Amino acid sequence: MRYLPLTDADRRDMLAAIGAASIDELFADVPKAARRDGLVDLPKAMGELEVERRLSAMAAKNVAAGSVPFFVGGGAYRHHVPAAVDHLIQRGEFLTSYTPYQPEVSQGTLQYLFEFQTQVALLTGMEVANASLYDGATACAEAVAMANRVTRRNKAVLSGGLHPHYRSVCETYARFAGNQLDAQDPAPGGGEDLAGRIDSDTACVVVQNPDFYGEIRDFTALARICHDKGALLVVVVTEVLSLGAITPPGEMGADIVAAEGQSIGNALNFGGPYVGLFATRDKFVRQMPGRLAGQTVDAEGRRGWVLTLSTREQHIRREKATSNICTNSGLCALAFTIHLSLLAEEGLTRLARLNHAAAVAAADRLAAVPGVKLVNRSFFNEFAVRLPRPAAPVVEKLAERGVLAGIPVSRFYPERTDLADLLLVAATETVTEDDIERFAAALTEVLR
Amino acid sequence: MNDWSQALSHHPAAGGEAVATITGNRGLQIEEPLIFEQDSPGKCGVDLPEPPAFRSRLGGLERKGPVGLPGLSEPQIVRHYTRLSQKNYAIDSGLYPLGSCTMKHNPRLNEKMARLPGFADVHPLQPQSTVQGAIELIDTLAHWLKTLTGMPAVALSPAAGAHGELCGVMTIRAALTARGDPRSRILVPESAHGTNPATASACGYSVGSIPANKSGRVDLAALKAKLGPDVAALMLTNPNTCGLFENEILDIAEAVHQAGAFFYCDGANFNAIVGRVRPADLGIDALHINLHKTFSTPHGGGGPGSGPVVLAAELAPYAPLPWIVHGTDGFKLVEHAAGQADDAIGRLKGFHGQMGMFVRALTYMMSHGSDGLRQVAEDAVLNANYLRVRLADVLSLSFPGICMHEVLFDDRFLKDTGISTLDFAKALIDEGFHPMTMYFPLVVHGALLIEPTETESKASLDQFVAAVRGLVERVRAGDAVAFQAAPQFTPRRRLDETNAARKPILRWRPEPEQRQAAE
Repeated sequence: MRYLPLTDADRRDMLAAIGAASIDELFADVPKAARRDGLVDLPKAMGELEVERRLSAMAAKNVAAGSVPFFVGGGAYRHHVPAAVDHLIQRGEFLTSYTPYQPEVSQGTLQYLFEFQTQVALLTGMEVANASLYDGATACAEAVAMANRVTRRNKAVLSGGLHPHYRSVCETYARFAGNQLDAQDPAPGGGEDLAGRIDSDTACVVVQNPDFYGEIRDFTALARICHDKGALLVVVVTEVLSLGAITPPGEMGADIVAAEGQSIGNALNFGGPYVGLFATRDKFVRQMPGRLAGQTVDAEGRRGWVLTLSTREQHIRREKATSNICTNSGLCALAFTIHLSLLAEEGLTRLARLNHAAAVAAADRLAAVPGVKLVNRSFFNEFAVRLPRPAAPVVEKLAERGVLAGIPVSRFYPERTDLADLLLVAATETVTEDDIERFAAALTEVLR
Repeated sequence: MNDWSQALSHHPAAGGEAVATITGNRGLQIEEPLIFEQDSPGKCGVDLPEPPAFRSRLGGLERKGPVGLPGLSEPQIVRHYTRLSQKNYAIDSGLYPLGSCTMKHNPRLNEKMARLPGFADVHPLQPQSTVQGAIELIDTLAHWLKTLTGMPAVALSPAAGAHGELCGVMTIRAALTARGDPRSRILVPESAHGTNPATASACGYSVGSIPANKSGRVDLAALKAKLGPDVAALMLTNPNTCGLFENEILDIAEAVHQAGAFFYCDGANFNAIVGRVRPADLGIDALHINLHKTFSTPHGGGGPGSGPVVLAAELAPYAPLPWIVHGTDGFKLVEHAAGQADDAIGRLKGFHGQMGMFVRALTYMMSHGSDGLRQVAEDAVLNANYLRVRLADVLSLSFPGICMHEVLFDDRFLKDTGISTLDFAKALIDEGFHPMTMYFPLVVHGALLIEPTETESKASLDQFVAAVRGLVERVRAGDAVAFQAAPQFTPRRRLDETNAARKPILRWRPEPEQRQAAE
């Protein structure tokens, strides 16, 4: 076996050094009834070529996003990632190191985490960010739990514009922690009264920008009302690239930002691994979940980095920790940091503009298809259209025609017949004019 | 090997003058400022076209000011991150014997397979008809995990070990609630990972602690005394964090079940038994598996991980969404708690789980096969026991007798030397090794927990043994000052963690702002 360095002679010598007659003696503590002599019923070892063949066969059964006109978003976005990103994150010193518990030999990881935290704080307009969480949805659930700790209240009001998967994750976490949620009905196009839902038990209001249907919303007034009533405003961002174009949550008065960072640096990966971004205000930092890298000096007075404020964390605080999280999303955070470094100020704003331009072109073209209506007044790179009939079968028919057209909202709300005609469409910089034309032509044909 | 005394004459102990270079660099150790300190305003590492003129639809909410990102070109960025990488120790560069972390070799075939466009470039919400191969891969991984553990069901969406714990304990709580038997407490041994009590608490349970017996295992009598109608579950790590198999595990399982509670097992140490022992045969009801430990997906400096949870039949109906079912026309994802998934606890993660990690883990499993995986457990246990016998006469072995995949020592061998476990670990760094896990588990004083894994050669273990034995000689020679000054040959010497926590600096700020923040 190519990954196992011991030879049979080594094994014999080592057993002799140990004083064991056979390897079985080393498993003597396993109760007899639980010992298995034979092999489990699975295929035997394979060489690289054979493994590649089998996995490539499975991969070939999928339609890769890059092979067709592609308009799927809904919290995960296809963007071009510069070649340098994947090259750098595959350096073994990044790829195969552990959580930086020994800072003297982990300065590389700690420094990029410090850079990552700074970038996330700048992008969201917040004061401080952590070293990442699993993904945007779990970051959202952690934000709700944190708001409960900060305010010592236990109810969260969730906007109907929140991604339904984020809502579901919040519901799962809250149900088992014994906290309350007041989740509003899905609200394509806005028009919900969130301020009216706040009462003396409300720890936070959770909103999304752009919302799940792509509408860009101003939460400045809502933030003020939250603060007047002693609640926090949590702003979720599922398309982090939008922050290169629109007012960041920090400027609207957000207290916590929970975002999905996949769009910068990370592939679609059929849903994971992604990278949860989590930012807040300095005064709440000791209630924050997750790891934090901090600046310090070494014994010679040179600047260096360490994991810090770990008294919030499970390995020190055990059942009193702010979260049970241990492993986070380090390597995806590195990909985010390298990609954002490459983009720089100019590249980020231009990339955001390219996305918006592609979406504007797609929205205008699709709205010209007979029977199709644009729902949004505003949007960044994703919008909702209302079709003249249920969207799910239309999407299937378009897939048969080689166009991945977007997501029928009924996939999230199968019981809501009033949403059945809605289709979410995303257009990023990877979409060409020709892609839009093929989409519009195929849609015209399917709807005819 | 370095001559320690000679080295010291060149690098005096802490507080002394280090060798001064003009640049501050020390050969391959190159000082590297933050990316924010290398700003060439207006520079950019990508070339993007300007979009054609269009009318903005941002609803008047355009970003007003700059983000504040620095400008750099691609070569500057490649050099920056290459230099940072060179400040890290990694399993690629040497033995990384962190106990309970399973730092094994990460095969590069895993990386290649995860990057196939059919896996990396597919969206979680594409029509299911266009991702049948992706669902097949997840289903295949599920089959391997179920076969290796003997359990009937597996929840794949948890993103890491601690997330898997959360999933497992939630299913337990859901099953108890359905039974009309709400319980309030979870029992956790003293030697448990911190995530175990933190998880119990996140699920609304109080935590009861179970002491270890003299042999480093769960004290069965103490456990039985604490089991009662209020106990929802026992969370146990097996092999435990002392590196020992819980030899009374069948009695433990029976006692837990008799009390009407569930038996949760932390599978962080599954590497020791994979292919040789099935958790189902130990009476376990739920167990998470860290794919980033046993199944070699890279740790990536702290993630991403993946923590699938295998579940007994009684817990399976509560598994989180989505589920995979085999339909007449291929695989189907069940995404809503309805029909057969009516009791599902809901979602734990944004989408379907850590697909990139699933591909890597399955690649690893198929490469090893049933025979190779059994050999993994055997070699992992052999390597740990080899270190045990080669070091037992110079370090202080906490518990006599055979160990599993890791071996636990404590700091009795350092008694009255003025040298701590931390000092000893830092001195190992100067010898070119990543230290073992320090001060964990908490059941012994000054713990040193060593897990070599199966991917170390005998020669590598012998080098490590020689280094440790040499250091112990220096301990005995009474050279406390040198230990306290270690490490000396690293990009940074010991770092001031106390001040870092007292006055946290958690981000870069431009100079004037930094001054303002300090005031």
